[in-house]
Amino acid sequence: MEKKISGAEALIKSLIAEGVDRVFGYPGGAIIPVYDKLYDYTDSLTHVLVRHEQGAIHAAQGYARVSGRPGVVIVTSGPAATNVMTGLSDAMMDSTPLVVITGQVYASLLGSDAFQETDVVGITQPITKWAIQVRRAEDIPAVVARAFHIASTGRPGPVVIDIAKNAQTDMLDEQAYRKCSYIRSYMPMPEIPDADLRRAADIINAAERPMIISGHGVMISGAERALQELAEKADIPVATTLLGLSTIPTAHRLNKGMVGMHGNVGPNWNTNRADVIVAVGMRFDDRVTGDVERYATGARIVHIDIDASEFNKNIPAAATVHGDARHALEGLIPMITSKTHDEWLASFDRCDRVEYDMVERAALGVGAPAQGAMCMGEVARKVSEVAGPDAVLVTDVGQNQLLSARYFNYCKPRSIITSGGLGTMGFGLPAAIGAKMAAPERPVCIFCGDGGFQMTIQELGTIMQYGTAVKIIVLNNDYLGNVRQWQAMFYDNRFSQTPMVNPDFVAIVRAYGIKAENVERREDLEPAIRRMMEHPGAYMLNVRVDERDMVFPMTPGGEAVDYILLDEDTVFSDEE
Amino acid sequence: MTMEEKTLFTVAVFAENHVGLMNQLSIILTRRCINMESISASRCSIPDVSKVTFTCYSDRLTMDKIVKQIEKRIDVLRAFLYTDDDIVYQEVALYKVPTARLLDEQHLEEIIRSHGARILEITRDNTIIEKTGHSDETEALFEELKRYDIRQFVRSGRVAITKSPIEHVDRFLVEQEQRRLRVNEI
Repeated sequence: MEKKISGAEALIKSLIAEGVDRVFGYPGGAIIPVYDKLYDYTDSLTHVLVRHEQGAIHAAQGYARVSGRPGVVIVTSGPAATNVMTGLSDAMMDSTPLVVITGQVYASLLGSDAFQETDVVGITQPITKWAIQVRRAEDIPAVVARAFHIASTGRPGPVVIDIAKNAQTDMLDEQAYRKCSYIRSYMPMPEIPDADLRRAADIINAAERPMIISGHGVMISGAERALQELAEKADIPVATTLLGLSTIPTAHRLNKGMVGMHGNVGPNWNTNRADVIVAVGMRFDDRVTGDVERYATGARIVHIDIDASEFNKNIPAAATVHGDARHALEGLIPMITSKTHDEWLASFDRCDRVEYDMVERAALGVGAPAQGAMCMGEVARKVSEVAGPDAVLVTDVGQNQLLSARYFNYCKPRSIITSGGLGTMGFGLPAAIGAKMAAPERPVCIFCGDGGFQMTIQELGTIMQYGTAVKIIVLNNDYLGNVRQWQAMFYDNRFSQTPMVNPDFVAIVRAYGIKAENVERREDLEPAIRRMMEHPGAYMLNVRVDERDMVFPMTPGGEAVDYILLDEDTVFSDEE
Repeated sequence: MTMEEKTLFTVAVFAENHVGLMNQLSIILTRRCINMESISASRCSIPDVSKVTFTCYSDRLTMDKIVKQIEKRIDVLRAFLYTDDDIVYQEVALYKVPTARLLDEQHLEEIIRSHGARILEITRDNTIIEKTGHSDETEALFEELKRYDIRQFVRSGRVAITKSPIEHVDRFLVEQEQRRLRVNEI
């Protein structure tokens, strides 16, 4: 006779069978049967209690981005489900694998506006890969299996499982768990026809000024080594998107920097001078392209992506390769002829020199007074130096994000976690918690502004409870910095609702039993960073930065990708 | 863009017969502020598979992207984009007209014949007329019957069948079954 277990127990056992050892969540009425069962499984499944459901989902995202495995969230119904929706949208935009379990009212009450009832499936369908409601206990194992398969394959994304309370308490016959590896209507891993690779290789081999743009897809598919091998074989410069940072080490001689609105001069300028662009695992987001009519019009684009709907969505491609980035690149390497492009590469170096002189020196505080307030870029560079090659950079959103992304040194893959597509303020702190839990041996440094820090500041409670040794750097300018920058540049310095009156952050952090200190002057910065990195536990630095510090270079919205502002008044041009 | 620059497209979606499909399709259009002109949905001849056919006005570039987004949804098997030339299509219209008005009219038989319509039901009060055809045909009959005071008028969504000799969905399902066997061997 088969053993009978409850739906709640079947859920937990299914999660364990999927290799889940950690979930992030927050209990409530509609999910309490699951939490009751969880109590018996604390040895096999660690639950991290956050302080707001949004913290749970961002933590699960951080966990997933560092480990590559799906992040799992368990929350209750109603407001808890609506609280995770920002994170679902964020994960959908940034292709992060998540399985989010929401409690739901009893099936008999559905549609009656019961207490804490929300139409979770209806609301989340546009922002998830798949959303399903389970009303019978016996459906749980198969749904969980399907959810993990969908979340983690193809282009990863978030999946919602909405479990009615009766399905959690009703009994089912326990059966051996079967993972899902096939769904008739879902083909996550297309086979790449040789002809497509051939066509791409022919275009690349004929190029005189080729450029590779490496995106998040390279990281997701573990294609870093293949990417570098291809680039090295044909001497092709590589640029990365924001989410593609760390797919090639910063120090690699072919790494020419980041593309996009606040990217490096070289890649943005040369986008419009290249004759072939190989786009791998990136989607030509508007932050990268600027005005699409003036983007890479002289180049033939080879677009490699696992999601065919990205081909010709924003930018027309001359050749497309539909499949996994690693498979595609590994298939291409033998077809690529060995070449050098000395002059083309030197053109990037010329851009770099101008960028260093006009932007980076000042941004890194080179030659600035020891007593002065710091620049955001210099703080990021200093932290990166002290934190070392294993460090993971987590960012919030805004100037803090762009400057820390620009000036951090990346040595290993999966070294940056940032909210790119959705740009969710408040993402950083909880994501750092999840990241640290996924990679406890790596130093995790999270940069945020005074605005974003306060959006999910309650997660300091989670850090306190679990002793998560995250290193928090608040770049504090008492302003909503990025909006302030736009107001300064385009709205005549009309700082509407951007100045903020901030509390004593150090006192707040210390109230959570976490070490914290203020850093007001440049000469105090490095010693404070060292104290932070050497301390075994969590640490916060509230760093005073000047509100007039801005992020440059910048391609203003709607401009051509090679219209690059080096400061408010200077447009880059390569006439020397 | 004016209406003249837009074309009427027909999209046929084959999907697993699961709850929530219609919402997933409509939000893809809503997001781009495109209106569904008409829609019809029913089980097709393949077991457990639904076919949804809808029409909307747009341009080819936008519709190509929309069809790709539709195919991305997990439960969607295949989605196809057609203009009127690619398909044979029909819609059904029903007209409710007061019987008294019709009895007065000598040309009734002529109207019914020339439009290829038929009478579904006659009661003392009302007569229900049915016409199957293209939109312009059902509209033409509407214009004719207007003078008899149409009490109610309803038009179905479009049903469409392709002219192509290749049955893409059948082929697709055969390929998927082969894939399933390969996957289960691993």
